[in-house]
Amino acid sequence: MKEQPILEVSGLTKRFGVRAAVRDVAFELWPGEVLGIVGESGSGKTTLLNCVGGRLPADGGEVLYRTAAGPAVDMLALAEAERRRLLRTEWGFVHQNPRDGLRLDVSAGGNVGERLMALGHRHYGNLRQAAVDWLDHVEIDTDRVDDPPRAFSGGMQQRLQIARNLVTHPRVVLMDEPTGGLDVSVQARLLDLLRRLVREIGVSAVIVTHDLGVARLLADRLLVMKGGEVVEGGLTDRLLDDPHHPYTQLLVSSALSV
Amino acid sequence: MRADEPALRIRSLRKSFTLHLRGGVRLDALRGVDLDLFPAECVVLRGPSGAGKSTLMRCVYGNYAADSGSIRVAHDGSTVELVGAAPRQVHALRRGTLGYVSQFLRVIPRVSAIDIVAEPLLARGVAPADACKRAASLLERLNIPARLFDLPPATFSGGEQQRVNIAHVFIARYPILLLDEPTASLDEANRAVVIDLIQEARRDGAAILAILHDATAREALATRIFELAPRLAEVA
Repeated sequence: MKEQPILEVSGLTKRFGVRAAVRDVAFELWPGEVLGIVGESGSGKTTLLNCVGGRLPADGGEVLYRTAAGPAVDMLALAEAERRRLLRTEWGFVHQNPRDGLRLDVSAGGNVGERLMALGHRHYGNLRQAAVDWLDHVEIDTDRVDDPPRAFSGGMQQRLQIARNLVTHPRVVLMDEPTGGLDVSVQARLLDLLRRLVREIGVSAVIVTHDLGVARLLADRLLVMKGGEVVEGGLTDRLLDDPHHPYTQLLVSSALSV
Repeated sequence: MRADEPALRIRSLRKSFTLHLRGGVRLDALRGVDLDLFPAECVVLRGPSGAGKSTLMRCVYGNYAADSGSIRVAHDGSTVELVGAAPRQVHALRRGTLGYVSQFLRVIPRVSAIDIVAEPLLARGVAPADACKRAASLLERLNIPARLFDLPPATFSGGEQQRVNIAHVFIARYPILLLDEPTASLDEANRAVVIDLIQEARRDGAAILAILHDATAREALATRIFELAPRLAEVA
């Protein structure tokens, strides 16, 4: 069978009042691919991600998703219950601020196990074992399984959020500035971890970042956004080493060595 | 790949750079290059600095997007047009067919030398233990001390980084090799090892396109020289 994109976004538009934050954006995401979306703050990249991930209602367009069961569905037109089920079972969303993606007063193990329980897993021993395994995967000391993330550092919280998302083996993960707000050394560890997990699980991911270094390390392909529109797209190293659009040239020349 | 059919067929290849931040100045880097590269030959690109040697190589790797012309690559039993190819297609070519030794190793924080070298094998589905064993033996051959294997190469010397870079490409036995100054920062002993590696790859049938300023390496390896004319005046 010919391989098909797992996600096909077209005509996506989102207005805040009269201003279009995202205007007529289209892209595809292929199985196992990491797509980076770069641009300055205010370019619309986070709004785009939120619309694709069903966290903000779009004003127009289509988000065609090829489900695990086979048929393609438009996530924007789907009945609420079915959409929520897919988002919970086949998708993941990693927030820039881990506090938005974690339950701070529930134990680390509980945060990881919760998504499995939502899928119907009930056996306590298995849930706990999965939680311990995943903490280990994301390099959190497994002694901390009963501690609430409120007591964790920012880097640990972010790794926990990633574990919580990946434990159910989602097919699509959307990440909003996953390394934003972390120290450079903590960032390097997280990037290394993300690269490894993406390969091991074979997940397809969309990563929004303003950091071209992060984009270079993680993404197979990039889209550059400006003023709510995609101005250039292509292979990551082609786009960064041979940028064509004036805005991409400006971005690349403004960054510290990428 | 058949020995009498080119591994790489380049026709009328043009590449320019438009510098929008410099008032739209256009630099013509390649003005219609024609080149065939066959299996088991090593074509060395020659020309003055700025003639477009690295640019040509980067176009063939898909790192630069050519303006026009054609680059046909023998891949997986058929030929693939690289100019205008989709990113996924370029990735497939890089995974299976095109190996590129750049002038500098791009180090990734926290990733060890041995993992960098094993990576192309893992991407092809080789078992991790096997991939690591092969990576270690290649690094040994390139005189990288075993105590460095598990360290990220950020702190290595220039010559050590270059040898990691070479190992990263040569481990995968690509049918087409693009080598941009592979021996530039190596001492004599290591240069000899790298020359042997390249020679072996060529005898095994690899089609090699190289930039070699070092005369010893060039004389040992070149089966043919390809001249690139110096760039003409810039057009505003």
